[in-house]
Amino acid sequence: MRQVIQVSAIRKTYGSTVAVDEVSFEVNDGEIFGLIGPNGAGKTTTMECIEGLRTPDRGAISVLGLDPFNDVYKLQERIGVQLQQAQLQKRIKVWEAVDLWASLYQKNAIDGERLLEQLGLIDKRNAWFMTLSGGQKQRLFIALALINNPEVVFLDELTTGLDPQARRAIWDLVRGIRERGKTVFLTTHLMEEAERLCDRVAIIEHGRIIDIDSPESLVNRHCPERTVVLATNDRTAAERFRTIPRVESIICSDSQFTIRGRSDDLITEVIHCLSENRIRVTDFRTILPSLEDVFLKLTGHSIRD
Amino acid sequence: MLRGLWKLTWIEIKIFLREPLGAIGTIGIPVLVFLVAGRVVGVRAAPASPAASSFVSVGLPVFASVLIAIGAVLSLVTIISIYREGGILKRLRATPLRPQTILTAHVIVKLLLSAATLALMVLAGKRYYPIGIHVPLLRFTMALLISTCSILSIGFLIASIVPTARFAQPIGAAIMYPMIAVSGLFVSVESLPPAAQAVARVMPLTYAVSLLKGIWKGDAWWAHARDVAALAVAFIVCTSLSAKVFRWE
Repeated sequence: MRQVIQVSAIRKTYGSTVAVDEVSFEVNDGEIFGLIGPNGAGKTTTMECIEGLRTPDRGAISVLGLDPFNDVYKLQERIGVQLQQAQLQKRIKVWEAVDLWASLYQKNAIDGERLLEQLGLIDKRNAWFMTLSGGQKQRLFIALALINNPEVVFLDELTTGLDPQARRAIWDLVRGIRERGKTVFLTTHLMEEAERLCDRVAIIEHGRIIDIDSPESLVNRHCPERTVVLATNDRTAAERFRTIPRVESIICSDSQFTIRGRSDDLITEVIHCLSENRIRVTDFRTILPSLEDVFLKLTGHSIRD
Repeated sequence: MLRGLWKLTWIEIKIFLREPLGAIGTIGIPVLVFLVAGRVVGVRAAPASPAASSFVSVGLPVFASVLIAIGAVLSLVTIISIYREGGILKRLRATPLRPQTILTAHVIVKLLLSAATLALMVLAGKRYYPIGIHVPLLRFTMALLISTCSILSIGFLIASIVPTARFAQPIGAAIMYPMIAVSGLFVSVESLPPAAQAVARVMPLTYAVSLLKGIWKGDAWWAHARDVAALAVAFIVCTSLSAKVFRWE
């Protein structure tokens, strides 16, 4: 698979603070790649080095075969960027921003009106930037990032500060970008966002990459625990559950059982045991580890701390 | 890239006109003040002393022009710092747009607005301050363009280094207004104390005032070669310095 971004061993310091250290990874053509970590972990610095907005002190970066430092203008023709906490002129109209951005690139821009339509902004085309809601602003920034029909799109903390509904709508838009054959590089501190959106993620903390893989593989590798919680009044249940292979612990309080194990088959085995012994249950649910748990395991603290 | 420059310039003009106080404050108020002053001074100045009439015929046009240029500088400084603080500059930087293009667009906007203000003033003030036929308007416009560009370049420099928008206006004013005081606009440079004269000699505005007054009175260009050269040097120094120290964020 073609690699569109190659980052090898970059380091960036601000004064005595090391923002990013020995960071290396590759992004494949056509995937959604997420750089995830808490605030201040070095996500934005890494992204801005790749975009050519910052120069790493050490290490090498190649984007679409270009050096972001020496070929920054050539690169900017071929990438689309959404920056964290960016603003536009308060009184610029939506269509004016799209029109202006379209004029900034050498190659022909895509149809701005159609883009606004696809992003659900066509009703707002004459609205001033300052009157838009948070979600509308982010959609406009997506439009500006797509206007030059870029090969790689960079999205920095795209849904921060949005309500869940607006967030979901934006996720659909990002998936739509991938469907157009573009590569998406995004940063987020929302594990749910990374899990739902990204083909692969790199977990970064204190400026260093801890691990890189698909969300499922990361979960399987670092958090193989499976948990089943069920409720039953059957008195023989506890005894029966003990016969389930590779169960690590069974906790029983009143009629509720919490069964833990490390096998992928745990859930199947529990169901099998229940049906074989005709144990009547009044509640049954599973607790599966998520990226959030992976992060906790790898760093020893929650991403929100 | 020219396409981007014109589009940005045009959009910035439109945005400026959408500011509630923008057009009124920048264009309306100077014209109004000029008219009111005209009623007061103009009527009384009719039989007045030669000094007063000299001020009306030479000082006032130059005064108005310089004030408009200073106003343009202050608003340039403010706009750039607001854009920087709001992340607008950074967002523009992530496009193939060059920094010079952004500054050029703002300078064009300021020049156009200054020109519009002046034109309105001339039209509105015709009754009170008849411009003599002897006044070389074309040459004066050229001189004004040179002066304004040079003064605006000081604005670039301030805009490039002021940390936040809140500081922009006071710092700009603190630099610009003393410069007016010693520029020879009110009191001739020669009659200032020696220390102030020394300061005046390194201020570009002094040369702008000298050039504008001279050209308005009908002097030839060559008589003011020194002024033009000084303004050009100030422009080159300030522009290249600001390109070096310009902060995007």
